[in-house]
Amino acid sequence: MNSHRSVKSLFFFFLCISVSLAVELTFELPDNARECFYEEIEAGTDFTVEFQVVTGGHYDIDFELIAPNKEVLYREVKKQYDSFSKKADIRGVYAACFSNEFSTFSHKLVYVDWQVGAEDPLPGVGEHLTAMTQMESSSHSLHENLNKVVDYQTHHRLRESQGRKRAEDLNERVFLWAVGETFAIIVIGIGQVVILKNFFSEKKPSQMMFS
Amino acid sequence: MQFLGISLIFVLYLSCVSGLYFHIAETERKCFIEEIPDETMVIGNYKVQLYDPRTGGFMPSSPGIGMHVEVKDPDDKVVLSRVYSSEGRFTFTSHTPGEHIICLYSNSTKWFSGTQLRVHLDIHVGEQTMDYAGIAQKEKLTELQLRVRQLLAQVDQINKEQNYQRIREERFRQTSESTNQRVLWWSLTQTAILLVMGAWQMRHLKKFFEAKKLV
Repeated sequence: MNSHRSVKSLFFFFLCISVSLAVELTFELPDNARECFYEEIEAGTDFTVEFQVVTGGHYDIDFELIAPNKEVLYREVKKQYDSFSKKADIRGVYAACFSNEFSTFSHKLVYVDWQVGAEDPLPGVGEHLTAMTQMESSSHSLHENLNKVVDYQTHHRLRESQGRKRAEDLNERVFLWAVGETFAIIVIGIGQVVILKNFFSEKKPSQMMFS
Repeated sequence: MQFLGISLIFVLYLSCVSGLYFHIAETERKCFIEEIPDETMVIGNYKVQLYDPRTGGFMPSSPGIGMHVEVKDPDDKVVLSRVYSSEGRFTFTSHTPGEHIICLYSNSTKWFSGTQLRVHLDIHVGEQTMDYAGIAQKEKLTELQLRVRQLLAQVDQINKEQNYQRIREERFRQTSESTNQRVLWWSLTQTAILLVMGAWQMRHLKKFFEAKKLV
């Protein structure tokens, strides 16, 4: 019983000791707002931050990556899609900040993907002590290719979402514009006639005065 | 010894969550969007820390605050709405494909923004939610067998996503065709309205001037 529990805790230990973490989030950034995401990274670890603007305005956003010593490692202004990789020099909290402060009324939907460290080896089986067999190495490369497929799928989905939301927006605007302009034509048409009639009924007493 | 083992597992499991974090105000509501195909499981791990004004940092654990997690499906129906403790995980499975909105806000009773909260968040979707360690142990799989299981799960997820892509593309096409139809109808209707309006104006004014004996 005790050995079973210690083996189980060892499994969880391997699960948590991993230095790799990949988080994908899609969030809304209101106009004139700034949002930062922080991550504690060990020195010597590779990390990648990727972002894509899905909807809003001109689909652009300001991006900044700040190191623990407050040094700005990367800054891009009004970018639609970007990816930044670095090997962390210092141990500490890195911040990825998105700013929509240049926009006055368009809130943006932003997708961000932050990957820290290489991917874990498959958990639950223990460390790999011998070199991989051909079967194992080809299945590993299959897994890596499928990871790339998933990544391409995500970006394709975001681009499609961008186009679709724009089309839905356009559809609604066309409808509102049609209704609004119909109403305006009717009001102006009737208004013109009423005002014209008004001119002629007012001039009558003055005409009588001059004649 | 058993208690030690259990508490060790508990502590190590929860300490996994300290990955990405962000700050929100106490009464602020933060939402994330997950666009997922149907029958996909989503697991979110979170941890909330309260700002400690004495040290200027964040308290390592704040058992007092709770976190309200609300998940809405694409039809704006609430799928999950529960209050969890300051640290925990929430799980849901999508039954309709589309944009699911995950909203987090603390169960603070203040009316205006109180102190800052630090929220650690980690969201896993689809194939990433599979507990490979548990599966390997339960079914006693070798590394290759576990790898094949992982590949199967990944391919299944890719397949679901492609299927969902087909549905989305159809919706996009329908929206574009609807816009096209609307523009066509509107141009015809507007021309008709202008003609009717013009004719009515002329007729009405003619009658008016005839009555006034000016024509």
